[in-house]
Amino acid sequence: MSRYLLRRLCTAVAVLWAAYTVTFVVLWLLPGDPITTMASGGLDGEPLGPAAIEALKARYGFDRPLLVQYGSHLWAALHGDLGSSIQTGQDVRAAIGEALPPTIQIALGGLLVAVVLGSALALAATATRLRWLRQVLMALPSLAVSLPVFWVGLMLVQIFSFGLHLLPSVGAKGVEALVLPSITLGLPMGALIAQVLAKSLDQVLDEPYVQTARAKGVGRSVLLLGHALQNAALPALTVLGYVAGNLLAGTVVVETVFTRPGLGRLAVQAVGVQDIPVVQGIVLFASLVFVLVNLLVDLLYPVLDPRIAKGVPAVA
Amino acid sequence: MTELLIRTGEPTASVVLPEPPTRRERVRLLLRFLGRRPGLVVAAVVVVLVVLAAFAPGVLAPGDPTIGVVAEKLRPPSGAHWFGTDHLGRDLFTRVVHGASLSLQATLLAVAVALVVGGLVGLLAGFVGRWVDEVLMRVVDVLLSIPAILLSLALITAMGYGITKVAIAVGVASVANFARVMRAETLRIRRSTYVEAARAVGTRWYVTLWKHVLPNAAGPVVVLAVLEFGLAILAVSSLSFLGYGAPPPAPEWGALIAEGRNYLATSWWLCALPGLTIAATVLSVNRISRALDGEGRRGR
Amino acid sequence: MSEPASETSARRLLEITDLDVSYRVAGGRIDAVQRVSLSVAPGEVVAVVGESGSGKSTLAQAVIGLLPGTGTVTGGSIRLGGKELTGLSDKAFRSVRGRRIGLVPQDPTVSLNPVHTVGRQVGEVLRTHGLADRRTAAVRAVELLGRAGLPDPQVRAGQYPHELSGGMRQRVLIAVATAADPELVIADEPTSALDATVQRRILDQLDALRAEGTAMLLITHDLGVAADRADRVVVMSGGRIVEEGPVERILREPTQAYTRTLVAAAPGLAAPVTPRRVPTTAPLVQVTGLTKEFPLPGRRSLRAVEDVSFTIARGETLGLVGESGSGKSTTARLVLRLADPTAGEIRFDGADITGLRGKAWRELRRRAQVVYQNPYASLDPRYSVREVIAEPLRAFGVTDHSRVGELLSRVALPSALLDRRPVELSGGQRQRVAIARALALSPDLMVCDEPVSALDVSVQAQVLDLLEELQREQGLTYLFISHDLAVVRRIAHRVGVMRAGRLLELRPTEELFTDPHHEYTTELLAAIAGARVGAS
Repeated sequence: MSRYLLRRLCTAVAVLWAAYTVTFVVLWLLPGDPITTMASGGLDGEPLGPAAIEALKARYGFDRPLLVQYGSHLWAALHGDLGSSIQTGQDVRAAIGEALPPTIQIALGGLLVAVVLGSALALAATATRLRWLRQVLMALPSLAVSLPVFWVGLMLVQIFSFGLHLLPSVGAKGVEALVLPSITLGLPMGALIAQVLAKSLDQVLDEPYVQTARAKGVGRSVLLLGHALQNAALPALTVLGYVAGNLLAGTVVVETVFTRPGLGRLAVQAVGVQDIPVVQGIVLFASLVFVLVNLLVDLLYPVLDPRIAKGVPAVA
Repeated sequence: MTELLIRTGEPTASVVLPEPPTRRERVRLLLRFLGRRPGLVVAAVVVVLVVLAAFAPGVLAPGDPTIGVVAEKLRPPSGAHWFGTDHLGRDLFTRVVHGASLSLQATLLAVAVALVVGGLVGLLAGFVGRWVDEVLMRVVDVLLSIPAILLSLALITAMGYGITKVAIAVGVASVANFARVMRAETLRIRRSTYVEAARAVGTRWYVTLWKHVLPNAAGPVVVLAVLEFGLAILAVSSLSFLGYGAPPPAPEWGALIAEGRNYLATSWWLCALPGLTIAATVLSVNRISRALDGEGRRGR
Repeated sequence: MSEPASETSARRLLEITDLDVSYRVAGGRIDAVQRVSLSVAPGEVVAVVGESGSGKSTLAQAVIGLLPGTGTVTGGSIRLGGKELTGLSDKAFRSVRGRRIGLVPQDPTVSLNPVHTVGRQVGEVLRTHGLADRRTAAVRAVELLGRAGLPDPQVRAGQYPHELSGGMRQRVLIAVATAADPELVIADEPTSALDATVQRRILDQLDALRAEGTAMLLITHDLGVAADRADRVVVMSGGRIVEEGPVERILREPTQAYTRTLVAAAPGLAAPVTPRRVPTTAPLVQVTGLTKEFPLPGRRSLRAVEDVSFTIARGETLGLVGESGSGKSTTARLVLRLADPTAGEIRFDGADITGLRGKAWRELRRRAQVVYQNPYASLDPRYSVREVIAEPLRAFGVTDHSRVGELLSRVALPSALLDRRPVELSGGQRQRVAIARALALSPDLMVCDEPVSALDVSVQAQVLDLLEELQREQGLTYLFISHDLAVVRRIAHRVGVMRAGRLLELRPTEELFTDPHHEYTTELLAAIAGARVGAS
C-alpha cells in the first residue's frame, strides 16, 4: 500500500519537474530573445528603458549557456524563487500568494456547484423512468459545454444584476458577490461531471453483476445507490484532477468578466505585458494544483475500490 | 444464406444475410435516417450557413462590416438591422457574418495543428512502443497537467498577439488529446488478431501501417477532430475576448463580445447575439460529432 | 423418469403455455420465442438445449422477469406454483425473484459486484426478502457458502470476488441463487466460462440441489451436459421447441432431423471413430526442448512453455490439448516463429528455423500458416473478403489474383461473398474465409489455434469436415490446438496433453482416449460432458 503511494509521489514530483521544463522551454526558449519580449511591454504596458533591460539581463543571466540558465532557474525555483514581475518588480511567489484567497473562494464555490449539480443531474437522469425527462436532462450538459464561459457570465450579469438587481456584477465583497462567479465557473465542470457520471452509471447498470442483484429481487433505489453508485463513482473520480485544473483556468475568464481580483486577473495582466516570470509562476501553480488533487484522488481510490487496495488491476 | 446447411425448412430467428441495398434504397434509407433525427438536420444546416459565411460572407451580408452610420448607433434588433447596431452604428449582423471567416480560419488552423502533430506523436508512440512510447506519453501527460487555456496563454506570452498566434496556441494545447486517442487506437489495432494475421501472411510493417492501422484508427480520430473543432471555437473566442486576437476593428466573435461588454447594461444584443451565434455553431458541431461517433460504433 | 401424461397441473411447479416473446428492433420486431410450452415438476431437472439464436436464454429471462428493455412477452402464460407471472408489475415480481426463483448466471468473472464482499452479496438475498437482519444474514451467508461447496467459508465470506478463482466464484453464485431456498433454480450456461475439470465439479454441486427438492431449468448449448445432468431435454431452435422428452429417448431415438444433427455433432456423444493410421512419412516439424519464458515485473518470470519436444509427420494432424494457461497456444506461436523461443530447437522440413530472421523468416510464411480462434477478430473489418484472401498474395508480390475465386469455392463459399465485409458474414463463414486466406500460398503446415471453439456445434462439424477434406486433397499437415478433447478426438492422428507448460503425454488418439497414462489426462477425459450417457 505504501509502495503504491511512494510510486505516486515520485510520479507527482516528476510531473512537476516536467511541467517546469515545459514552461521553461515555452517561455524562455521559444521567443528568440526573451529579453526583447519582456521589454516590449506587450499590449498594455510601457516598454522598458535601457537601464531596466540591463538589470533584467543581470538578474536572469541571459548571456550564460542555455543549460546553465535552466539549471540555475530550476535551482532558484526549488528554493521558492520564481523571479519577479517585470512590470511591478514584485516577487512572483508573493504576487501569487496575494492573489490566491479570492480565487480560492470562487474555485471552491465552483467546485460545490459542479459536484452538486452534476451528480444530482446524473442520478436524476438515471433514476427516472420517463424517457422524455431523461432525454431532456441529458441534453442539458451538452448544452452547457457548448456555451462560451465568458458569455454565460455576461448573460448572468445581464439578467441578475442589470435586469433583476438581485446580485452584484462586480467586485468581491460579501457572499452575494460569490454567487454568480461560482455558478459561471462551476457550470462547465458540472456538465462534465454529469456526463461522465451518467455514462458511468449507465454502463454499470448494464453489468452482469447488477443483473445478478436484480435476480435477487433487489429494488430500483437500492440498485442505483447501493450497487451502481460506488462502482460508477470510480471513473468519475478520475476527472477530478482535470476538474480542479480547469476551475483554476476558468478563473482567468471569470475574474475578468466579474472584475474580481485574483489569480486569473493576475494572469491576464501578466500576459498583457508579456511578463514572463509571472506567467510561468501561475502555470506552475496550476500544475501543482492538478498534481496535488490527483494525489488526493489516488489516496481515495483504495478506499472505494478493494481491487486497487490489493494491487490488482481493475478490469475496465 | 443461413448458417446451417442441413435445416429442413424451419424458420429461424437468426439474422439472414441481407442483399446490399440498391442506390434508390440507399437514398430512401438516408432520408428516413435524417427524418428520425431532426436535431442533426438543424445542426447540419447551421454548419452549412456558418461555412457559407466564412467563405462567402457577401452572400449572407452584403454590407461593409467596418462602416457604420453614427446616427444609428446602439439600435436594438429590427427589420433593418437583424442583430441591431453597435456603438459606432455598424450593423452587428454584418459584423458577425464577416467575423465567421476569422473565427473559422483560426479554428481550422488550430485543429489542423493538433491533428497532425498529435496524430503523429500518438501513432509513433503506439506503433513503435517501448521507450519511445514512454517518453512521448510522459510529455503528453505533462501537457495534460496544464489547463489548456493557461498553456495557450503561456504560448501567447512567448509568441505575441494576433489571430494566427492564437490559433497556434489553441492547437498546441489540444495536441495532447489527439496524441492520446491516436495512441490508444494504434495500440488496440496493433494488438488485434487481424494485424498479427497480416504479419503471419508476410505483410511488411509499413504496408500494415498504411492499410490496416491508419484506416481503422481514422474513425475515432475524426470524431475527436470534429469535437475539438467545437472546443477550438470556444477557446479562440475566449482568447479573442481577452484581447489577444486580431486587433480592432476586426469583427472576430470574441472581440465583438468584448466590445459589447461596455454597453451591457443598456444594449443587451451586443453581447447576447454574437454569443448565441458561437453557441449555435458549437452545439451543431457537437451534434454532428455525436452522430459520427454513434455510426462509427455501430460499424465496429 | 417420465411423468405420466395425465398428471394434474398441481404437480407441476413451472408451467409455460404458448409463450411468445419478441424484441423491438430498429425497423420491426424479432420473435425470439414462439408458442413455447414446457413444464417442470418439483425436484425435476429440465435442460433446454439450443444453439445461439434458438431463444433459450430469452426463455429463461422471461421466466425470471428480466427481459431487456426492448423485450416483451406478447402472448402465453408462465405459472409458478399456480401463480401467473406474466403481466406482474416489477414490484410484484421482485418478491418472486431470488425468493421463489433463483438464477445462476453464466460468467462468474463478471457476475459479482467487485466492491462488495462475497458474504455480503450472499446475505443480501436474505435481507432483501426480510428473511434475516444484518447480523443473522452474515452468519447464514457463511453457512450457505459452505453448503455450496466453498472451502473455508468463514474466511471467504469476508473476501472480495477478485480474490477468488473462477470455480469459487461460481459456487458463490450458486449460494446466492439458493440462499432463500427457492423452488426453482435457473442455471444459464453455468459452466461454459469454466475449464473442463472445474465444470464437472460445479455441475456436481448443482446436482446436489436436486436432492433437496429444488427444481432446475438448465439452459445449455451443450447436449453433452444435458445428457449427463438432466431428467428431461427440450430442444429449441429458431424460437420454437423442436422436440422434448426424457433424456435417454432424445439421445438414442431422436425423432426430428434437427435433434439428430445436434446429437451427431456433439463431440462428447459421438461414437469413437476407427483409429486412424498415423502417417509414417518424414517429419515436417521437429521440436526439441522448446522453452519460453516471459519476464514479469519484479524480476520473476513466467515459464509458459517448458522443455516441450514433439514431431509432426507430413500429412499428419497433431492435436495439442490443455486447459487455459497450459501453454499450447504459445507453443503454436513458437512453431510458427511468430514468437522467439527462450531455449530449444525447431526444425522445419529439416532446416533449423529457431533463430530465423529477416528474409528467411518471411519465406517461412509461405510454408507455415495459421487459422485463429476468433473469426470476428482475425479479419480486418474494413477489408472485403476478396482483399482478405488476396493479402498473402499481395504480400509476396503475386499479381495474379485469380486464385482468390478458386480458394473461396475450395472452402464452399459462393463468389457473391467476395465483395462483402466480414461484419456481414456469420462466424462459420468468416472462419472459412480465414482458412481460404491461410491456403492462399499453398503452405505445408497449418496451425489451427482453437479454430472451432467460437462456433456453434453444428457449424463446428462442418468446419472440421472441411479441414479433413483439405488435408486429404492437398496433403496438409496440421497442428491442431484445442481445449476440447472431444473435438480433437475427431480430427487428430496423435494427441499431446499439455499442462502448465509441460507436455505430459503424446500418444495416438484412440490409445490416449481408451488407455490414458497420466492422471491428469484421466481427469480431462472424465470431464468431457456426455461421457456418461454417450453411445457405449
